[in-house]
Amino acid sequence: MMFELSAVKFKDILLIDYLTIEAQSITAVVGSSGGGKTTFLKLFNNMNSADQGDVFYKNRKINYYDPVKLRREVTMLPQNPVVFPGSLADNFSLIEKLTDHKLSSFTKYKKLLSKVDLNYKLDRAAADLSGGEKQRLALARVMLLDPEVLLLDEPSSALDSLTEQKIIEVVVNYVKNKAKTLLMVTHSTRLANDYADQIITIEDGKIKENK
Amino acid sequence: MERQIINLQLTQLIFAYLFVFILLVIVKKKQIGQEKQIIIASLRMTLQLIIIGFILEYVFNNQNPLFSLAILILMEIFAVHNIYSRTEVELQHDMRKIIAVSMFLGTLLSLAYFIFIVVQLKPWFRADYFIPLAGMLIGNSMTGISLGINHLLTGISDKQQLIENYLMLGVEPEKSIAEITQQAFYNAILPTINSMLGMGIVFLPGMMTGQILAGASPLIAIKYQIAIMLGILGSVTLTVFFLIKYGAKTFFNSEKQLKL
Repeated sequence: MMFELSAVKFKDILLIDYLTIEAQSITAVVGSSGGGKTTFLKLFNNMNSADQGDVFYKNRKINYYDPVKLRREVTMLPQNPVVFPGSLADNFSLIEKLTDHKLSSFTKYKKLLSKVDLNYKLDRAAADLSGGEKQRLALARVMLLDPEVLLLDEPSSALDSLTEQKIIEVVVNYVKNKAKTLLMVTHSTRLANDYADQIITIEDGKIKENK
Repeated sequence: MERQIINLQLTQLIFAYLFVFILLVIVKKKQIGQEKQIIIASLRMTLQLIIIGFILEYVFNNQNPLFSLAILILMEIFAVHNIYSRTEVELQHDMRKIIAVSMFLGTLLSLAYFIFIVVQLKPWFRADYFIPLAGMLIGNSMTGISLGINHLLTGISDKQQLIENYLMLGVEPEKSIAEITQQAFYNAILPTINSMLGMGIVFLPGMMTGQILAGASPLIAIKYQIAIMLGILGSVTLTVFFLIKYGAKTFFNSEKQLKL
């Protein structure tokens, strides 16, 4: 088991009796907006700490882990990711430097860009990308870091339906091929039904359905 | 020609108030307002300087380490209070503590070095040197910290989303705000650097002017001015360094989450 939540309460936003997430599984989190999905996702990388109850990661309480080390294993892509100043290559190299990773080759950066359907030169300014392109760059940045668990908050919210399908397939293939665990908030029940092993519906801060 | 101090007579001093009168006339005519503020500021300045004049006269004539230390501590307390009131947002308790500790530590270390190593003041508490030197170090460090803390606070509040992005990717909190802290440090020491650049060309600094008016040779005055400028640079650097090193940590909790 990768995660276990027991009697978790976070402010007046979330109340979860019990929940488990299996390792190497794909979990979709759905529900109406404002229901607490992002807050819920942040419990898994300790960006939010439960006021009551316990969150376990690999059978240890989450606060047993150093938060930074935990976030390098359980990496989150927020709904509105920020691209860093500089070029596309800078966006990759900066995060590698800041997270003490060895610098990868430009070929690897290029490969990642093409994976998320960004066929631009590496020296292109990141600020010039459209909203959807920035989201894909941020996704490629997470894949570069190669974490064990990916927490993706609406990773395709700024994409048209064709690109959305394509990008989600890229993510799902990446997760399956590399035996990762994925928790993904999505507005699309279709995507959830097509790809997820487990679907959690959150409404008003509570789990309405878990199947 | 022998240089002597020209002692201003009361009547001469009264002539100087003509400048306030001119300001009041302009402000009134242009309907800018603030006449009351200008009068209060002029009166406060006069009263405060009269009081400090008598206090310093007494302290200089009755040299005592306790007097020098008491005035030093008073200056520190006023400076810290001034920083609190000049900060644009409400400061948290632990940040207030860090500001006070940084001010005391940075200025006292620099002052001790300046008094014992540079000037080699004997006795070390000689008030006519000790108090003005301490005042200059504390005053400039106060400005430095005020600039540094304001930049730090606005920087973190404006870039909250970017910082959280960094944290989610597994970046250490300190590194996630490195750009902001570097800029805050630079902003804090910039006035001192600018003042060094313009010194002697754009303006004659206060301490040097004072010594020259008091009859000292300009060659002696510049030596003191150079030394005190370097002392100020050291004091501002140290206080702002302590502020940023320890203050930056107060923006994160024990779970390395950004708390705003």
